[in-house]
Amino acid sequence: MLVLPLLLVAAPVLPQDHAAERAAMVEEVKRYATRARDKDTKFDGRVLDALDAVERHRFVPANQVAFAYENRPLPIGHSQTISQPYIVALMTDLIRPTPDDVVLEIGTGSGYQAAILASVVEHVYSIEIIEALADAASARLRRLGYTNVTTRLGDGYYGWQEQGPYDAIVVTAAASHVPPPLIAQLKPGGRMVIPVGGRFATQQLLLIEKTPDDGIVTRQIAAVRFVPLTGRH
Amino acid sequence: MRRVFAATLMVSCAAIGYEILLMRLLSIVQWHHFAYMIISLALLGYGASGTAIALSRHWIVEHFELAFALSASLFSVSMVASFIAGQLVPFNALEIVWNPRQFLYLAAIYLIFFVPFFFAASCIGIAFTCRCNHSNRIYFFDLCGAGAGAMLVLGALFVLMPPHTLLLLATLAMAGAIVMSGRRWLAAIQSILLLGLLIGLPADWLGLRLSAYKGLSETMQIIDARALNVYSSPLGLLTVVESPTVPFRHAPGLSFATRFVPPEQLAVFTDGDAMSVISRVDGDVAQLGYLGDVTAALPYSLLSSPRVLVLGAGGGSDVLLALFHGAAQVDAVELNPQMNALVGVEYADFAGRLYDDPRISVFSHEARGFVAQSEGGYDLIHIGLLDSFAVAGSGVQGLNESYLYTVEALSEYLGKLSDGGILSITRWLRLPPRDSLKLAATVIDAMRTSGVNDPEQRLAVIRSWNTSTLIAKNGRLSDAEIARLVQFADARSFDTAYFPGIQLDDANRFNIIPDPWLHEGIVALLGANAEDFKRDYRFYIEPATDSRPYFFHLFKWGSLPQLMSLGRQGAAGLVDWGYLVLVATVVQAAIIGFLMILLPLLKSNRRGPSLTGRRGGTYFFLLGLAFLFVEMAFIQKFTLFLSHPLYSVAVVLSGFLVFAGIGSVVSGRWRTAATEGSRRAVIGIVSIALLYILILPLVFQFFMGWPDPAKIAMSLALIAPLAFFMGVPFPLGLQAARDVAPEFVPWAWGINGFASVLSASLATLLAVELGFSGVVLLALLLYVAATRFFPAPARSRSGVD
Repeated sequence: MLVLPLLLVAAPVLPQDHAAERAAMVEEVKRYATRARDKDTKFDGRVLDALDAVERHRFVPANQVAFAYENRPLPIGHSQTISQPYIVALMTDLIRPTPDDVVLEIGTGSGYQAAILASVVEHVYSIEIIEALADAASARLRRLGYTNVTTRLGDGYYGWQEQGPYDAIVVTAAASHVPPPLIAQLKPGGRMVIPVGGRFATQQLLLIEKTPDDGIVTRQIAAVRFVPLTGRH
Repeated sequence: MRRVFAATLMVSCAAIGYEILLMRLLSIVQWHHFAYMIISLALLGYGASGTAIALSRHWIVEHFELAFALSASLFSVSMVASFIAGQLVPFNALEIVWNPRQFLYLAAIYLIFFVPFFFAASCIGIAFTCRCNHSNRIYFFDLCGAGAGAMLVLGALFVLMPPHTLLLLATLAMAGAIVMSGRRWLAAIQSILLLGLLIGLPADWLGLRLSAYKGLSETMQIIDARALNVYSSPLGLLTVVESPTVPFRHAPGLSFATRFVPPEQLAVFTDGDAMSVISRVDGDVAQLGYLGDVTAALPYSLLSSPRVLVLGAGGGSDVLLALFHGAAQVDAVELNPQMNALVGVEYADFAGRLYDDPRISVFSHEARGFVAQSEGGYDLIHIGLLDSFAVAGSGVQGLNESYLYTVEALSEYLGKLSDGGILSITRWLRLPPRDSLKLAATVIDAMRTSGVNDPEQRLAVIRSWNTSTLIAKNGRLSDAEIARLVQFADARSFDTAYFPGIQLDDANRFNIIPDPWLHEGIVALLGANAEDFKRDYRFYIEPATDSRPYFFHLFKWGSLPQLMSLGRQGAAGLVDWGYLVLVATVVQAAIIGFLMILLPLLKSNRRGPSLTGRRGGTYFFLLGLAFLFVEMAFIQKFTLFLSHPLYSVAVVLSGFLVFAGIGSVVSGRWRTAATEGSRRAVIGIVSIALLYILILPLVFQFFMGWPDPAKIAMSLALIAPLAFFMGVPFPLGLQAARDVAPEFVPWAWGINGFASVLSASLATLLAVELGFSGVVLLALLLYVAATRFFPAPARSRSGVD
């Protein structure tokens, strides 16, 4: 009879890895992708595996842990958000990551996107402009064992030329324009993704592709399969 | 009685001042569209206090001075306390899509800010209740105080920061309390409280805590970013920020193909958002090569040494754009003189003495007024991009009036162009396109209104990944010009969305979107089935007009079911939440108003309102609705004339209150029967309001160019006769109710207050749907209907209930 109360007392302090919630989140992201984009949309299996493996609840403030596996952006302090898991998956998928890739991320934020990228590419370089976030993300990534992520505090506008050029660049905050130095640090055939829209809005993605002859083509990837010009209400 | 009049004047002055100040404060820490919520909750305070007084009438009558002094003291303290508490509520309008708790936070803000209004209104209500023989004069001082309060706060905001203005108003309210205290010990306590407010509060408690997601808050997180200066005025709080380590580099719509990087810049935030920049110019403007590679440079590819009018000059970026492209003359118009002083005086050296250039003339003026009085002949009228992308994308602006982008406004701009001149407007591009299509629809309408029957030959639109620039020429675009603009776009990897003769293949080459929506939309808007297209489009893209100046209102009820069904898949982000937040505030106002005004009365008097009953109730309910409909519609309408919503609120609110007050005093002396007096007043209201619906646009047009003080005087003169008559029906009804059934008086206040609370937020919704004239006509119908329900005189009393 004593065991039950002890268990009840002990339960809240046991470490929770949220594996079931994470698996549910992955399913939700898959469903979301087919409804929001196209019914045939399938993310790269490695991207989904990364989503299933990275513990998002370790990247959000304590007061947001309960919502960590909801498919939505969350505030992380310092006027920043951790992106919606679907957007993180979509951004990672859009750069078509391969295990040999070297990727530059502008805007480390909580470090979640870097952790996802680190699971599917060789190395991630990540720059954060806000000191408190940069420090926290760097410590967090180190603590969680992401050894193939290198972070630094700084201005992402000029990229990280010493480590470039990059197979892909992921920019996690849209500015008034796309920095020309970043385009310069992209390899021919490389891809850059930038989310467009307010931090809490459903974002759309801008995919910038550098052609083998250094030309630039951008594609706006609508986050929502919403056809406004046909049919009546 | 003098003490009562003086205290009433002071409390009333502080109350209306607080109402207007709160609009400023909420515009700064949140966004402008919460402003109308303030009017609604001020009225809630008045309604609920009426109920509270009715329920504690005996105690109050016995302790008149003490009750007044206590209420005024609590008003003073709570206006500061609620400001501090309100800022602690973690409300984030942008998060509403995902987080329904935000609606609870919104309700919490509503309740917190209701408290000071409750106590302010209690003072006035107590005076009315206990000194009812002087009610006309109390009403007069109450309304004069209100008028003075509006002017006081506008003046104070020029010299004081908003939190210090708050302390000024708290002092005024406490002074009213001290005047009425009548006991030394009470006066001593009040003085100590006041000292505590003025010098005892930690400075950071009164600091403005902006939403973390406003541009200024985000910028201040950047390494080494610091605010250099803050300037306050009723037109906005300007914050100048430098960021030496991570430069701003603000260049909306900059080409991917550019070789140039923007120069060092200082950011200027208005109310913590709407970032504008002052660019460093070291002598030669020609060094700013990036200015040749933005979408907004398009019109310059077609013009040579143009005479340019820049509307919304902000920090001077578009003036630089004009100079870079060799403009012969630039008239730079900016509403906020402090902004002009930043570029022209304070940071003149940084800006390379830009405004000293002999080609540039700077005007501190509202755009519409300037254009109306201008002689025109411009080769280019350029409207800059002054709102931020994040705000444009979130839809929080949905209910802001904007008289810059109405059919009438664009017609005026087009009318001021030289032969072959160009109107150019750059907007952030949101996909699927909304405001950019609405702009095209508005320009096309304006052209047709101006007698142009071939707009399809005069229009061109290009887009980058995040901006679109529309040009409308006063004349047909020639083949050579079309070739030049296509070449301009191609060289910079901009897509052409429309030009005369465009083919589908031209519309989606560099910045590829799933469908060339903007192109298809503009072609449809220029075609024979434009009306069908606008009707069927999922967003509201009917052109904005001066009667319905809601350019940013893109919400359609018809699309809501589909958007909500797609809600969790991302479509919720496409809903204009500003509109739905307003709907929520109407519902909230109705529920809270009922709970705090009517329910306590019902509880205390189970038989319900007796004697004058339903008849009187209907009368006061209709008056409450109608008065606020007219007042809110006029606030919206006079925003065009007075250039800024806050000026409009202050002038219209105080004008209506003062002249309605005079009406009430005068009506007390009328010798005619109250029923007849009320009927005559309504005839006056209907006649004047109908006349105004017809002549106000012409009056505004004629006097638009006058200086602000003259326009304010003109506005008050216009409001005076209408408000005078609007002040009559309520006190006459109240007098009749008092004669017939004194116990009904609190009900009259309560019901009228409840209707006003509802009306204040409902009026904005109705204005969006029906426009100014529609709301005023509806109010007139309500006034006419009200006359049929005048509280019954004694002889018909028995038949009423």
